[in-house]
Amino acid sequence: MKTWFNKTAISRTALTAIAGVSVFALAACGGSTTPAASEGAQGSATDAITVYNAQHQELTQAWVDAFTKETGIKVTLRNGDDSELSNQIIAEGAKSPADVFLTENSPAMTQVENAGLFTGIDAKIQSQVPAEYRPSTNKWTGIAARSTVFAYNKTKLTEAQLPKSIMDLADPAWKGKWAASPSGADFQAIVSAMLEIKGQDATLAWLKAMKENSKAYKGNSTAMKAVNAGEVDGAVIYHYYWFGDQAKTGENSKNVALHYFKNQDPGAFVSISGGGVLASSKHQASAEKFLEFITGKAGQTILQTGTSFEYPVASDVAANAKLVPLKDLDAPKVDAAKLNSQKVTDLMTEAGLL
Amino acid sequence: MVFPQRTTAARAPRTDGLRHAAGGRGTRSGPWPVVVLSVLIAAFSLLPLAYVVVMTGNAGWDTIEKLVFRPRVGELLLNTVGLVVVTVPICVVLGVAGAWLVERTRLRGHRVWSVLLAAPLAIPAFVNSYAWVSEVPSLGGLFGGVLISTLSYFPLVYIPVAAVLSRMDPALEQSGSSLGLGPWKVFFRVVLPQLRLATAGGALLVSLHLLAEYGAFAMIQFDTFTTAIYDQFRSTFNGAAANMLASVLVLFCLLLLLGESKTRGNARYARVGSGVQANPPRLAMGWLEIPGQVGLAALTALALGVPLFHVFRWLILGGPAIWTGSDLANALLQTLGYGLAGALATTVLAFPLAFLVIRHPGPVTKLLEGANYISSSMPGIVVALALVTITIHNVPAVYQTAVVLVAAYALLFMPRALVNLRAGLAQAPKELDEAAQALGKPPLVAFLRVTLRLTAPAAAGGAALVFLGIVNELTATLLLAPNGTNTLATEFWSLSSEINYTGAAPYALLMIVLSAPMTYLLFAQSKKAAGQ
Repeated sequence: MKTWFNKTAISRTALTAIAGVSVFALAACGGSTTPAASEGAQGSATDAITVYNAQHQELTQAWVDAFTKETGIKVTLRNGDDSELSNQIIAEGAKSPADVFLTENSPAMTQVENAGLFTGIDAKIQSQVPAEYRPSTNKWTGIAARSTVFAYNKTKLTEAQLPKSIMDLADPAWKGKWAASPSGADFQAIVSAMLEIKGQDATLAWLKAMKENSKAYKGNSTAMKAVNAGEVDGAVIYHYYWFGDQAKTGENSKNVALHYFKNQDPGAFVSISGGGVLASSKHQASAEKFLEFITGKAGQTILQTGTSFEYPVASDVAANAKLVPLKDLDAPKVDAAKLNSQKVTDLMTEAGLL
Repeated sequence: MVFPQRTTAARAPRTDGLRHAAGGRGTRSGPWPVVVLSVLIAAFSLLPLAYVVVMTGNAGWDTIEKLVFRPRVGELLLNTVGLVVVTVPICVVLGVAGAWLVERTRLRGHRVWSVLLAAPLAIPAFVNSYAWVSEVPSLGGLFGGVLISTLSYFPLVYIPVAAVLSRMDPALEQSGSSLGLGPWKVFFRVVLPQLRLATAGGALLVSLHLLAEYGAFAMIQFDTFTTAIYDQFRSTFNGAAANMLASVLVLFCLLLLLGESKTRGNARYARVGSGVQANPPRLAMGWLEIPGQVGLAALTALALGVPLFHVFRWLILGGPAIWTGSDLANALLQTLGYGLAGALATTVLAFPLAFLVIRHPGPVTKLLEGANYISSSMPGIVVALALVTITIHNVPAVYQTAVVLVAAYALLFMPRALVNLRAGLAQAPKELDEAAQALGKPPLVAFLRVTLRLTAPAAAGGAALVFLGIVNELTATLLLAPNGTNTLATEFWSLSSEINYTGAAPYALLMIVLSAPMTYLLFAQSKKAAGQ
């Protein structure tokens, strides 16, 4: 069969090209694993830190850019999920390449703390962050906060039909009507608060009811999108997914309103995002400086004015004016150091959610 | 890939005959450095299986019982089995019917159709999912899973079947007709049985992809073993539950491999004897022309039209802003780098094994070869979990370096290179090698100058397939990559899971652009391997 080109020649050329470029690529990949020489004015290569980041990438990137600009210290990010990274740090132990760990919620921080891997935070940071946003142990610090909400479809539910407590969602009347993202750390943090407030039996019963009643989505954004599209009436998520979408196109939240449980309900839980310095870090000073920066005025202002719509918790920086003030949420009082992520995943596995 | 196996079988009689003349098959085990290398490679590829077995053993029976025999596992089993049982037959029907239409009928434009039917392979399944979710936001469940995976994977059946059809000896069909069989009876009684190898192989590939797929199903809220293992991993890293689920999945994979080898049977499909083979005849379509055209157009619209339309729709909606991020260029370079490095490493590693399998066949070589299929039948997440744990504890120096990631790619995609190389080697007569040696070239030089050159096209085909796999790989890359790595797949995934569909679109486009030439190379290679 005649064709317009010689296939054998093409294959040969391709192979040669593949071989040539691969050698180059291997060399390049290998090279990229060694820390790059710093070009910063003040920083040197030995100052560069690695942050295991479970916070939203965009927010952390904004922090990192501002921090590197100010100090010249380079930051490498490894992005992942709260529990994925916390468990990874524990497995890595003293050999962990991480200097700083940032999360969206507290249970993963507690887990690393219980493994004895945090060095603790210094007085300067403690003075920047009010005690209620720090664990009593001061092994790590709060860096931001987020409120649990029930995001509901305005065209399907009236205010009178909303659940009074998150515990009401266990009622068979809610079967097939609500959603969450059980595989994510966000939701597991809410369950850990429930476990702390209501105890194991009530929590397991609620989780079993959830397995019956709810639809599972991967990710809070996706769950909110489903509420907006009317696939479910409501979803348990955090507040800022709605604000973030409203600030962009509103495409995934135009039919959605937020219901705050308040009344110190487990569903009014305010989850603290954490940051900590690892005891195994060889760059303690830089790592500390980074945490000091994000809990300082400049870092918290990035939270206030940025598009993440999380709550600042330190340096007296107020929340974005669009948000319900933190003080008005009437959240339950939970010591972040007591949240137990291991127990939560066990219970969720038992309930068949994982 | 399976199409070359057909070729291997087809060429076997000739080489067998010569080998008998040269003193029988399998009498020598092969040059010892090659044997040692092959054993090492096979041992390496069994690491993930060993890991899963050890972890399962460590958990103890009580834990196994608690974690395996629970309703959630039943649910996942039902979803996964349902997915395989429904999708595979649909892919077989679409693949065989499509191949027959473009290769054996006078359908207008069959040349264009023949390329278009292979093209969906260039669209990663999770990009397909992303497009379909944009089209039908409520898409999900078994129906969604079957739809996405059928549209993404039917070319895995189509390509090998088309390759076989295009070179099948028409003499058999002519005999069938002359004995009074009508065209339909000829198709079902003569043609179809000849396609058994290619079809069974393609079906196996589809099923293994179904078991391993994560991104496409996660995006449409359809839970399989693989998505559940990933959920467990995110919560507990290498917890007992994740390992139990993985062991169930491994059992599943082994069953499929066993099933395929049974389906393949021992029948011979090769044409015996030499001589020139005529080109297969093409049937006139008659009134079937219109349904044929409509069917192919519909399939192409669903498998190519929907994803391309939505990728471009999001690109236009996003405007120029979505192209400005520096991550894009970085992700493109890293993907290219890993793709090429992985393709090269995998092809090189596959070479000693392929050499032994063809030149020194025997039970031991068969076993060594089989070892590689096992780890590639496990999903990326399981292989990655094993490598994370093994490297942290045993070789911390390479933990989170490019070396481990490339090793993972080699584990996952070795068979793709292996089967292609095997076919290429089978077509490179060892007599030529021996002739070169007789003319005074040292064995190694003779091998490099003769056999390696003859094998190059097949190696390129295998490398292309590995490259495609790496561009689309998600979970192993997420877990094992060095700090700061962004590939097109991981960036696309993180943006699309934040439902930032416009931001994800450029990554989707670049993945398709990178995959398209490889898919074409593969398609052309398969035709050639089948003797066209």
